[in-house]
Amino acid sequence: MNARERSIWNAARNRRALIAARLSRRDMFRMGLLTGAGWLIHKNGLSAWASGGPPVSPPTRPFVEAMPIAPILQPVAMLDPPPQTEPLPGEARTRAHQALDRFPPTVLYESHARAGEHSFHPDLPTQTIWGYEGMFPGPTIVARYGEPVLVRNINELPDDNGGFGMPSVAPHLHSGHQASESDGFPCDFFEQGQFYDQHYPNVLAGFLREFPPNGDPREMQSTFWRHDHRLDFTAQNTYKGLAGFYLLFGSLDTGDETTGLRLPSGEFDVPMAFADKVFDENGKLFFDLFNTDGILGDKFTVNGKIQPYFQVHPRKYRLRWLNTGPARTYDLFITDPRTMRTVPVTRIANDSNLLPAPVIQDGVRLAAAERADVIIDFAPYAGQSLILENRLPQDDGRKARTILTPAGRGDALVRFDVVLPAVEDSPPLPARLLDLPTPDLSEVVQRRTFRFDRRQGQWTINGRIIDCDTVDVAVREGTAEIWTLQINAGGWSHPIHIHLEEFFILTRNGQPPPAHEMGRKDVVDVKVNETVQVFMKFRDFTNRYVMHCHNVLHEDHAMMLRFDVVP
Amino acid sequence: MKTMTRKTALAALAVAPVFGYLATRKTTETKPATRPIRREPFRAGYFPNVAMQTHEGKTVRFYDNLLKDKIVVINFFYSRCGGLCSPVARNLAQVQKLLGGRVGRDIFIYSISLDPGHDTPAVLREYARNRGIGPGWLLLTGRPEDVELLRRKLGFTDPDPVVDRDKSQHAGIVRYGNEALQRWAACPGEAKPEWIAKSILWMDWPKAMKKGA
Ligand SMILES: [Cu+2]
Repeated sequence: MNARERSIWNAARNRRALIAARLSRRDMFRMGLLTGAGWLIHKNGLSAWASGGPPVSPPTRPFVEAMPIAPILQPVAMLDPPPQTEPLPGEARTRAHQALDRFPPTVLYESHARAGEHSFHPDLPTQTIWGYEGMFPGPTIVARYGEPVLVRNINELPDDNGGFGMPSVAPHLHSGHQASESDGFPCDFFEQGQFYDQHYPNVLAGFLREFPPNGDPREMQSTFWRHDHRLDFTAQNTYKGLAGFYLLFGSLDTGDETTGLRLPSGEFDVPMAFADKVFDENGKLFFDLFNTDGILGDKFTVNGKIQPYFQVHPRKYRLRWLNTGPARTYDLFITDPRTMRTVPVTRIANDSNLLPAPVIQDGVRLAAAERADVIIDFAPYAGQSLILENRLPQDDGRKARTILTPAGRGDALVRFDVVLPAVEDSPPLPARLLDLPTPDLSEVVQRRTFRFDRRQGQWTINGRIIDCDTVDVAVREGTAEIWTLQINAGGWSHPIHIHLEEFFILTRNGQPPPAHEMGRKDVVDVKVNETVQVFMKFRDFTNRYVMHCHNVLHEDHAMMLRFDVVP
Repeated sequence: MKTMTRKTALAALAVAPVFGYLATRKTTETKPATRPIRREPFRAGYFPNVAMQTHEGKTVRFYDNLLKDKIVVINFFYSRCGGLCSPVARNLAQVQKLLGGRVGRDIFIYSISLDPGHDTPAVLREYARNRGIGPGWLLLTGRPEDVELLRRKLGFTDPDPVVDRDKSQHAGIVRYGNEALQRWAACPGEAKPEWIAKSILWMDWPKAMKKGA
């Protein structure tokens, strides 16, 4: 049987299993078997691939394994050779650290990009992935404001890529306010056997001018993630597993539910990384190397497992939801399978930023690289199960559909089983979370418009073809600008990410943004024919950064722009 | 220059004009001595091994003769194209120069005609002559259904069926890859030739796989 036949056979087997079991829709939903289209599996798991369609993943049983939680990366006592401002002998870094002396690192880490063995599901073979410390997701880095971090990144990836992947890396700390040379600028990649020190000062923005020496307290951030950003290979390398969380705590969001905002903490603060994947007929992770539009998976992983269950206590939890991509947009709902009713969640943060006040939401929409921190109270559901499902259907890499699937007919991601004993709860959520600065439009020195487009299969920004050696935009450090992000044509949507700073969305199609976008963000999902105005500041650091589409297939095919912050 | 290691050479590449750097490498043998990397089953059967005609009048097998064990650069074009084909062809001509003697030795450029009914080997030969297309860069034509299969397999498609059918709106991207290493990417055909050449060299053989390394 060839690959294509095996793929068709898998699809047929999936459907036969569904019919043979004589299950009702509700049964199927409870069992996590349905997808948006109502099939047991997606008809088109993966992109507009080749002749005859994409591979279809082999069947997997839902909710058979517990959702793992990535371990916390442990610091090292010392680094040899010790970090220094100028690049070390043998180090791949080409530029001096901008702020190492100002914020000397108090916590040191080694982070190894390497191959490791991983099981996505017991029905699929254990296989080699690439990850930080060989894990997917990689270990979480837990950091604190005022405790600068230095990470020595070491590339230990093998030559043999198992079918896709580039053993050359540029680790990026997404949402971090850090100097260019520590940002994972996509062209600062380094090769096998090389290392590269990155300095994360964990400092509030504005420390240089407006709020010396430690920055503006209103700039506080929380949920970051780190992922590979290797130019042209970000999609392959992150899909292969090079992604993980980086959590930043401070005086409000303390990581202790008896202090600060008293948010659910410790074991009740749970990072959840979503990644949709496709597996070939042998059950091995598959990446379509010849797709430039956007890859969609037909298997939904959470923290590296396909459709896990998660046992919880009947109390409040903080769930940190992250869409790691590559291309799919989710609209996440928690559904009570007994009633098919939606259980609302309380959103406290988007991307890395706490909202001014909690926002109650039924559905949480996340484009690639967007994040939502939500509070859910499991207390009313003791002894029951709830299902987290994606109700936003999407058929190709261009955009999601516009109409949601009904409750109970989405793609089940996780089953929460409220089976653990009752324990003490965290206090009620405060009515106010974070007082944000108001964008001061009088500071604006420049307005720029960026049109995201496509010309004969080539992704463009303002009609231009981008490369790393060309400075597309120069902005002055310490100034503010309004950037207008536009999609005028083509029927595509693009989640646009800007490095260095969080921005405010001033308007979305001329209107103020919805409540959950009122805080700051670093990714904005610009949909078909939309125009979004954002208020950007460029503070504290200089040199080169990027803005790009975070549909990583678009990004890898040059939908990226280099902006340089100049003194 | 003889003692320049690959690492320092790459570092030089990052700062020096690509042209000068490449000119110094002409004598370096870069073909893989062995093939320690095992192709994944899915990849092994992926590329159609269809018969194609070159502008030099030869019949070749797409996988066996053109892809296997090679670093390749692939785009689609057609001789009567009035749009993007010319600027991309000009760029590839520059890329060929920038890559120096490696084109034709272990790096190969393939431009596949989307108009095989018109673009016979003779027409392509004429096209090649007019544009100074040198050795190691093949213009390819074949049966229309084979060309279409390659176009789909190599991902030169558009999800909009109207656009996809319209030759004049064909994908202007350039694929580059190392077949043996299963490494593939693409860049816009209108990117700067220096940039395209640099990208292609990311596909280079690891040190251990070079003869004499
Ligand atoms: Cu995009």
